[in-house]
Amino acid sequence: MKKLYSKPLIALALLLPSLAIAQGDISVAASDIGSASERGLEIALEADRRDLGWQDQSANMTMVLRNRTGQESTRAMRLKSLEVEGDGDQSLTIFDEPRDVEGTAFLSYTHALIADEQWLYLPALKRVKRISSSNKSGPFMGSEFAYEDISSQEVEKYTYKWLRDQMLDGRNAFVVERIPQYEHSGYTKQIVWMDEEMYQPVKVEFYDRRGSLLKTLVADQFQQYLGQYWRTGRMHMVNHLTGKETTLTWTDYEFQTDLSERDFDQSSLQRAR
Amino acid sequence: MKFSPLKGMKPIDLLNFLNLLAPLALIALLCMSAVAVADWAGEIALESTFYTESPQYSRQSDDANLSASFQPEYYTNWDNRDQSLEFIPFFRVDHQDEDRTHVDIRELAWTKVYDSWEIRAGISRVFWGVTEFQHLVDVINQTDSVENVDGEDKLGQPMVILTSIQDWGTLDFYALPYFRERTYPGIEGRLRTPLQVNTNLTQYESDRGQYHPDFALRYSNYFGDWDVGLAHFSGTNRDPILSPPVSIDPVSGEVNAPESFLVPYYELMEQTSLELQATKGSMLYKLEALQRQADSGNHNAAVAGIEYSFYGVSGSFADLGVLVEYHYDDRSENAPTIFEDDIAIGARLAFNDAQSTELLAGVLVDRSTGGNSISIEGSRRINNNFFVELESRLFHGQSSSDPAIAFTQDDFIRLNLIYNF
Repeated sequence: MKKLYSKPLIALALLLPSLAIAQGDISVAASDIGSASERGLEIALEADRRDLGWQDQSANMTMVLRNRTGQESTRAMRLKSLEVEGDGDQSLTIFDEPRDVEGTAFLSYTHALIADEQWLYLPALKRVKRISSSNKSGPFMGSEFAYEDISSQEVEKYTYKWLRDQMLDGRNAFVVERIPQYEHSGYTKQIVWMDEEMYQPVKVEFYDRRGSLLKTLVADQFQQYLGQYWRTGRMHMVNHLTGKETTLTWTDYEFQTDLSERDFDQSSLQRAR
Repeated sequence: MKFSPLKGMKPIDLLNFLNLLAPLALIALLCMSAVAVADWAGEIALESTFYTESPQYSRQSDDANLSASFQPEYYTNWDNRDQSLEFIPFFRVDHQDEDRTHVDIRELAWTKVYDSWEIRAGISRVFWGVTEFQHLVDVINQTDSVENVDGEDKLGQPMVILTSIQDWGTLDFYALPYFRERTYPGIEGRLRTPLQVNTNLTQYESDRGQYHPDFALRYSNYFGDWDVGLAHFSGTNRDPILSPPVSIDPVSGEVNAPESFLVPYYELMEQTSLELQATKGSMLYKLEALQRQADSGNHNAAVAGIEYSFYGVSGSFADLGVLVEYHYDDRSENAPTIFEDDIAIGARLAFNDAQSTELLAGVLVDRSTGGNSISIEGSRRINNNFFVELESRLFHGQSSSDPAIAFTQDDFIRLNLIYNF
């Protein structure tokens, strides 16, 4: 019974960070709630539209966990994802560190509102396990990021409400409230600051089930790829309840490297490393 | 594949163990020095086991045992990642059981990937199955049973696998040209059969012995939240029949069975098996079933289980998974397995902290006799390279027909310190 479930929960619906949302019709009266929802949704749709067509992408990610006393631990992984037309993205994550999970790999087919399909590969047993994707709110790899924070962001996963436009660090941003519509979310709402030029979230506040501010995410060091797609280089999450922090650093972004569905099947999961 | 560098010696003190460790340390050092120039990874583990009772059988070693293992891994790829080579040797030295001191090649395999098919050739390991307490249908690799009684550790198997990946599923064809014998503890080893298994006298049904070519075919696919595996294996049964050697007195014609040791006999068999898992939200439904046909008789066996996960238990970040499995074998009391009419209950608590702290508890109860075995495991990361595991197994009230009766005085606590590089 050794390795009974063998760390299935290091699984993550991890995708490259393209937390989406976007701009709509400026002329809509902000006081009108219906219009505020429409505008919120339009911002989300525009962000989604601007991020279409990347086909496939890969990147390396380093994660530094810091507890209240400043103690750090590091995770390292490589991610690949495939854009699927009319559905959520497919992703493959390969773990390099900590060394005890080296070679573990995670395959996810995300969907907007039905349950994601997820498989985990455990190299010690050479076993592929289908795992439950119900765990949205649990911590990913012991970090301050929940699975739902880093999974593929489909427009249909939330309802939206535009709140205001606001300057953030000298740049214009739309401030949009979004409410998770998928099951098992750990949040009642999120407030997103969407950069008006990049249509990328630069700050997100996460409100827990009691409605109080739980975490704040700040993303920066954005770069544009293929003249279109903005990607963050750093995401910093602070948990206000525990004082713990997690910093994600993204490097070596690559796009349109001819990945296909064949690179996201169970055979490729077993030899991913 | 097996070697005993100090055959004939009975290493009984720590000094001797350290002597045994020396070649392992040398190999480790050589490999580690190569880490800088190649893609080496792997682990070194130091295992200490404490038995709570005196041994049941004479010559079995007493209360404590030290052991160390080394498993480096080399991997390289070329041809735009379409070709790769993997090499994972395994070395163990054991303080008290010289038959547990052994070497194996877990992997030495080349893989080439094409658009809709793949080929893998060499020595490798393959896993089939969905259940947790027993891997009933998993038949390609032989069990390295000196590693642990849980049967999770497998010996490398020479094979060629052709995989065809189609819209209608994945088809794996296995050619297995050479048979690996199961490893057994030596006379000093704990957790062994009452009589030692003498692997020098191993018998085979096939005239070709270990060179009988075995074949297998497996279809696997998923349909929404259903995962399916259907397989057929034709070849040497990995589970031997153990019996005392029989000699017939040439004068009187009397049959003698001196009960001083057991001899493994490997039959040929046909096995057809099914694996099924339905993933419905937090609930998993699992089934493994097989039919085996052999000269000694045909039999059916199955495992059915459910697994449920509670996420964020009582407001914390911890997850609790609970699992119930029923194990059935229609040979009932004659089944040479502990899983013949047994209920298994397991629980896993994952704290989801930075150290990945986990607790695991399981109990396997024989429905007819009430005999049970309990396992408790804990694991925690110390830092990026070190990992520690604690494992305990307790055996209770086994009936005389239960193979686990031999373990009733082998309750143990084991500490494993693992260095991953």
